Amino acid sequence: MSVTSRRRFAAIALASVAVLASATACGDDSSSGSDGGKVTLVVDVFGDQGFGYEDLYKQYQTEHPNVTIQERGKGLGLGDYNTRLTQQITAGAGAGDVVALEEGTIVQFFAQADKFVNLADHGANDLKGNFLPWKWEGGLTPDGKVLGLGTDVGGMAVCYRSDLFKAAGLPTDREQVGALWPTWDAFIEQGKKFAAADTKHKFVDSATNFYNIVLMQTAGAGSGYTYFDKSNKLVVGENPDVQSAFQQTTKMISAGLSNNLRSFSNEWNAGFKNGSFATIGCPAWMTGVIKGQAGDAATGKWDVAKAPGGAGNWGGSWLAVPKSSKHQKEAAELAKYLTSAKSQTEAFKKVGNLPSSPQALNDPAVLAATNEYFSGAPIGKIFAAGATELKPVYLGPKNQAVRDAVENALRSIEQGKAADAAWQDAVKNGQAAGK
Amino acid sequence: MSSLKTPAPPGASDRRSRPAPRHSPARRRQLNRLDLRFTPYVFVLPFFVLFAIFGVYPIVYTFWIAMTDRSPMNTTISFVGLDNFVELFTNDPQFWNAVVNTFGMFALSTIPQLIIALLLANALNRRIRGQMFFRLAIAMPIITSTAVVALIFSMIYARDFGLVNWLLDLVGLGPIDWRANRFASWFAIATMVDWRWVGYNALIYLAAMQSINKDVYEAAALDGASQRRQFWSITIPQLRPTIIFTLIISTIGGLQLFTEPLMFTSGSGALSGGTEGQFQTITMYLLDVMNQRFRWGYAGAVALVLFLLIASVSFLNYLLARRISSDK
Repeated sequence: MSVTSRRRFAAIALASVAVLASATACGDDSSSGSDGGKVTLVVDVFGDQGFGYEDLYKQYQTEHPNVTIQERGKGLGLGDYNTRLTQQITAGAGAGDVVALEEGTIVQFFAQADKFVNLADHGANDLKGNFLPWKWEGGLTPDGKVLGLGTDVGGMAVCYRSDLFKAAGLPTDREQVGALWPTWDAFIEQGKKFAAADTKHKFVDSATNFYNIVLMQTAGAGSGYTYFDKSNKLVVGENPDVQSAFQQTTKMISAGLSNNLRSFSNEWNAGFKNGSFATIGCPAWMTGVIKGQAGDAATGKWDVAKAPGGAGNWGGSWLAVPKSSKHQKEAAELAKYLTSAKSQTEAFKKVGNLPSSPQALNDPAVLAATNEYFSGAPIGKIFAAGATELKPVYLGPKNQAVRDAVENALRSIEQGKAADAAWQDAVKNGQAAGK
Repeated sequence: MSSLKTPAPPGASDRRSRPAPRHSPARRRQLNRLDLRFTPYVFVLPFFVLFAIFGVYPIVYTFWIAMTDRSPMNTTISFVGLDNFVELFTNDPQFWNAVVNTFGMFALSTIPQLIIALLLANALNRRIRGQMFFRLAIAMPIITSTAVVALIFSMIYARDFGLVNWLLDLVGLGPIDWRANRFASWFAIATMVDWRWVGYNALIYLAAMQSINKDVYEAAALDGASQRRQFWSITIPQLRPTIIFTLIISTIGGLQLFTEPLMFTSGSGALSGGTEGQFQTITMYLLDVMNQRFRWGYAGAVALVLFLLIASVSFLNYLLARRISSDK
C-alpha cells in the first residue's frame, strides 16, 4: 500500500470516528426545535386510540400559525409509555413538551415535581373552576404546585351482552338490568342465575377487572386510598377496603363466575370476539376497548348499565409540561387549550373519554350522546352520573407494582389456590413490591 | 509526537509561518514514521471508543449504582454501601425463586439441547440422501425472530384453544394449564429455546466433526471399533473444545433467558412470570425491580449478582467439560 493511499485511509478512519462521536453527542434531539420564530411542540400520549386530539391540533395550528404540533405515542401501552417517560424525565431530555400522566402514575412524578413546570406560573389557577374539584386536586403536588391539568375521568358502569342475558332469561333493558344489582352481592346472585341457565358462557371476564372496579368504588366511599395511605405508607395488608374488595372478588370466583382471562391477553381478546363472557366492569375508556376487540360483528349486542354499589372512578389522565421543554410558555398554553371544556367535549365525541370538566359534563353534546355500538345507550348520561360528587382515591407512587402483586394472587385463586393462602401472598408480595 | 527520536527536519520550527515544500524527503520520512506508528491505532479506535461508551461505562456505573439507593422517586442519591446486596442475599425470596427458575429452565433446555444437537450432527455427518437439505433445514430456526417463536409457541401452549391441549384431549388426557403449573411452564419454555437453538449447536458440531481426520476413523474401523465406539472414543474427545464453547455460550444465553418466558404470558403483568412467579427468570425480576418498583440501585445489585452467577457457572462448565474424556 502506497503512502498516499494509506494516508487517505487514515483520514477516512479519523473522519468516521468524528462522525460517530458527533452522532453520539447529539443523541435524540426530538423534544423540540424552533426555526425562525416557528415553534414545534411535541405531545406525548398513550393507548390504542390516543387521546382523540387530532382535530384540536389542526384548529390550534390555524389559530397559532407559528406553532406546529407533533403527537407521539398513539398505540403505545401505558406500561411501556410510563417506563420511557420515567427515564426521560429523570434524564432531563427526550420527553415531549406536553406529556400525559395517568391516574396510577402521576403520584410517582410528584417526587420529581422540580422537573415539571408549575402550571400556576402560567395562570392555571384561574382555571380551577373548569375541573371537577377532585380532579383538580389530583393534579396538585403535596406542596400545592400545579403539576397537571385534568383531561378525562374513567367513571364506572357495567357493560353486558344483552343477547346472552336474553338467552339466560334475564332482563335486557338497561334500566331493569341496573335495578337487578343494587349491590355487588346482588350482582353475584344474578351471576349464579345466569350460570344455572347458561353453562357455555361465563358471567364475568376476569377476577382482576371485577376487583379493580370494586376496589376503586370501596376506597372512594371509604378510606380514600388503596395500597398506600396519603403519607405514602404501604398499607396493602392493613387497609380494610383492599381486603373487602379482595374478599368480594373471592366470592365471585368461588361462585364459578369468572372466565379466568388475563386482561389485555390474546385469550381475553378472543373472549370478546367469541363472546365467551356476559359482563365486564366498564369505565368510559373500556367502551373503546370492547368496540376494538369485539369488532363490528358484535354491534348492538353490547349494552351499558349502571354499576352495582353506586358511583366510582377508574382511570383518567392529566397533561403536564416537563422543564426539559424549550418552549414552556407555548407548551403550557397548548396544555390549557387541550384541557378546556370545549376540547374535552371534542375528545369525548372522538374516542369516548369522559370529560373531567363540569361544564363539559353538562354540555348537551355529552349529556345527549348515545353510542350505536352499545345498542344506542346514553353513555354520556350513564357515565357522567355521579362523576361530579365523587371523592378522589389516592394511588401511591408504586401503585402499579403492588397492584400487579395483588392481581397475581387473585389469578392464582382462579388457577385453584385457596383464597386464604392467596390473600397471604397478596400481602407478602405486595409489601415486597412496594418497598 | 514528542516521543519521536528523529531529529527535527530543517525548517520544522517555522513551519507555520512558511509553507514547507510538500515533498521534501526529510518531511516525507517523518510522516512515514508517524503513519506507521499511529495509523493502526486509528484503525482500531472506533471499536474502543464505542466499547468505552457502551461497554466499560455502563459496567462501572452499575457497580456505583448498586451501592446507592438511586430511584426516580428519590430527589437525592445516598450511598448505602452493601445494603442492597445484604437484602438480596438475606431477605428476598422472590429473587431466589427467580434463580431457581432460571437454573431449572437452563438445565431443562440446555442438556437435551446439546445432546440432541450432538446426535443430529453425528447423523448428518454420514453420507445420507438429501444431506444438503437436512443440513439447511436444521439451521432454519436460527433465522426466525425470538419474539415470533415465543408468540407461536404461546399459542401452541394456550390454555383454552392451544394445539397441545387439543392433542392431549384427543388422546384422552386432560388439558394442562401450562402457565399455572411450575414444571409445565418450564417444559414449555424449554421446548421454545430448544426448537430455536438445537440447529445452531448441531451446525457447530457438524463443522467441528468434519475437521476430524478421516484416517483416525479408518484406523479404528480396521481395528474393529464399532460406530458407537468410534463416536465415544474419537468424535467426543476431538470435539472437546467445541463442546466447551457451546456449553459456555448456552450458559450465558440460558441464564439470561428473557424473551421466551416474558412472551409466554400475553396481557398485563407479564414481568411477574406467572401468578406465583412460576417462570419468572432473573432478568425478568431485574426489569420488574427497575421499571415497576423503581429501585434502580437494587436492580444494579441484581445485575451484578447475575453477572457473578454466569461467570461462576461458565467456569464450572469449563472444568466439567475438560474432564469429559480428557484421559481417554
